[in-house]
Amino acid sequence: MSSEHKEVVLLPHQQDREHLLDLYRKMFLIRRFEERAAEAYTQGKIGGFLHLAIGEEPANVGTMAALRPDDDVFTHYRSHGHALARGMAPGPVMAELFGKATGVSAGRGGSMHLASLEHHFWGGYAIVGGHIPLAVGMALAHQYRGLDRVVLCIFGDGAVNTGAFHEALNMAGVWRLPVVFVVSNNLYGMGTAIERSSAVTEVYKRAAAYGMPGVRVNGNDVLEVEAAVRAQVEHARAGNGPSLVELVTYRFRGHSMADPELYRSKEEVERRKAQDPIVQFRRRLEEQGVAEAAALDAVEQAVEDAVDAAVRFADESPEPDPGTLFDYVYVNP
Amino acid sequence: MADITYREALRQALREEMLRDERVFLLGEDIGAYGGSYAVTKGLLEEFGEKRVKDTPISETAIIGAAVGAAMDGLRPVAEIMTINFTLVAIDQVINNAAKMHYMFGGQFRCPMVIRTVGGGRRLAATHSQNLEVLFAHIPGLKVVAPATPYDAKGLLKAAIRDDDPVVFIEHSLLYGARGPVPDEDYVVPIGVSDVKRRGRDVTIVAYSRMTREALIAAEELAKQGIEAEVVDLRTLRPLDMGPVLDSVARTNRAVVVGEDWRSFGIGAEVAARIQEEAFDDLDAPVLRVNQLEVPTPYAANLEKLAFPGSQQIVEACLEVLNVRVGAPVTAG
Repeated sequence: MSSEHKEVVLLPHQQDREHLLDLYRKMFLIRRFEERAAEAYTQGKIGGFLHLAIGEEPANVGTMAALRPDDDVFTHYRSHGHALARGMAPGPVMAELFGKATGVSAGRGGSMHLASLEHHFWGGYAIVGGHIPLAVGMALAHQYRGLDRVVLCIFGDGAVNTGAFHEALNMAGVWRLPVVFVVSNNLYGMGTAIERSSAVTEVYKRAAAYGMPGVRVNGNDVLEVEAAVRAQVEHARAGNGPSLVELVTYRFRGHSMADPELYRSKEEVERRKAQDPIVQFRRRLEEQGVAEAAALDAVEQAVEDAVDAAVRFADESPEPDPGTLFDYVYVNP
Repeated sequence: MADITYREALRQALREEMLRDERVFLLGEDIGAYGGSYAVTKGLLEEFGEKRVKDTPISETAIIGAAVGAAMDGLRPVAEIMTINFTLVAIDQVINNAAKMHYMFGGQFRCPMVIRTVGGGRRLAATHSQNLEVLFAHIPGLKVVAPATPYDAKGLLKAAIRDDDPVVFIEHSLLYGARGPVPDEDYVVPIGVSDVKRRGRDVTIVAYSRMTREALIAAEELAKQGIEAEVVDLRTLRPLDMGPVLDSVARTNRAVVVGEDWRSFGIGAEVAARIQEEAFDDLDAPVLRVNQLEVPTPYAANLEKLAFPGSQQIVEACLEVLNVRVGAPVTAG
């Protein structure tokens, strides 16, 4: 099968008011959550690195909307949005950023290593490309057991030039495994523009090398993302093997909080911010008569309250008990 | 009780565990149709089929990564990496994924997998003759096993497959033909338990893998000179069981630590340090080490022979630590 650039056809349920409001709520939640995380970082409440996905919310929310609860997610270190979109509670996610005992990874992982067994959210990983083979292994486990669960593996455009990407996609292609590879192409691998790092900048075309379909969609449109990813998830679930979906998106903030952004112009960023996908989606819902302003305001207010509560929860939670330092090194020490 | 080879003992362990537990499967390069590059897996493809004996591409990163992913979902993969030298191209999967999986996400995930690989090698030059066990033994979260006898090889491999943590199982290319007694009934050798392979009162020789055999040959040689060496086989390098070593040193007051790895920062350095930390008052002489000389392994037979340690160097080291005691009464007299 060759790679292709498909026309995205929206799905019937994407007309439903409740579904559309839920997508909006989740995107707005990610935006507010990350703004508050940035604030907490500057207050010294969050340590290490903090990688924000502000601007990439449609890609975050659209991918997760395409999955069943028992499907599996592997993602990278810019994954607050994926965790929240997957339904993980904001409080324990924020508490993990704060390094608290109540964090989703019990304070062992931090911002880059969020996980929840209950949500089949198998982790954020911070070695670029290093988690892609894990997704292949879990898909192999599903094939081995004859299950119809699908694994979704998210990584950035920087990851596609690692050896792990190549080895993993080839293995998935050889064994026709139920895994959907999603490249969140925000055009920069840290500070290096994709045209300076990739010989072929249309990442979806690489699918051809692994015998799987490749599709590219506008990652700033949550409905297009959901529809495109869902099509490939169902393709995998039906036993047709892996695929590669490229979501073209843009991050409004730096690579991490420490990024002075010398590699792109302020004008470029401002031009993008003027097309804020959350603002556009809200306008679309209002203009199409899906929801009136008051309903959307209410959604936003509920999110503000939830994020306030999440920050309070993280602030008030205890640090991990020093007596637990050696917990989890081994299952059987 | 039958006398079988180390290779056959390993094959029996794999076969019996595959019969015992449907979740156990094998993956690696040329383990199926080819029969395994050291023939350990010969016949298993014919018996168990392609689902459970998976030939892979030459993709060590994907092999180990896929094993981690499958293990996270509850399968019990045994990944074969043809030689320990090839683990280097996939070291990220071992150290950053397998070893961290349980800890970094607060105990939510488990990684019950085995990496079978092979150390040693002769006439293969610098990149195919290395003993790199220390790279893995350094890492909290991994268990590292290096058996010397068919009995230990079978019992430890069965224990490794049943273990809930990732185990790096290091075979030795020069031991596959070695014979020894192995019980007919099911048994395991627990991970993390050193074993006294020969009793003696005069000097303690600590070894593992093929060097245990060299130590036993050295002990025979020393016995001809009236010196009784005790040989302690570590069997597991992490977690390191120092109990039998310290018990022995308390009686012999002298120790020689033998490894086929390089001396600097090696297994012997760790064992010697622990002996002086925990049994300083028992020592009548400095702890000596016998190792490969600090050169990349040369191809030429005569140079290679010079580089690797053997029973003669062990004998010499034992005589050196004993000379201190032999000399003492002379001074007193």
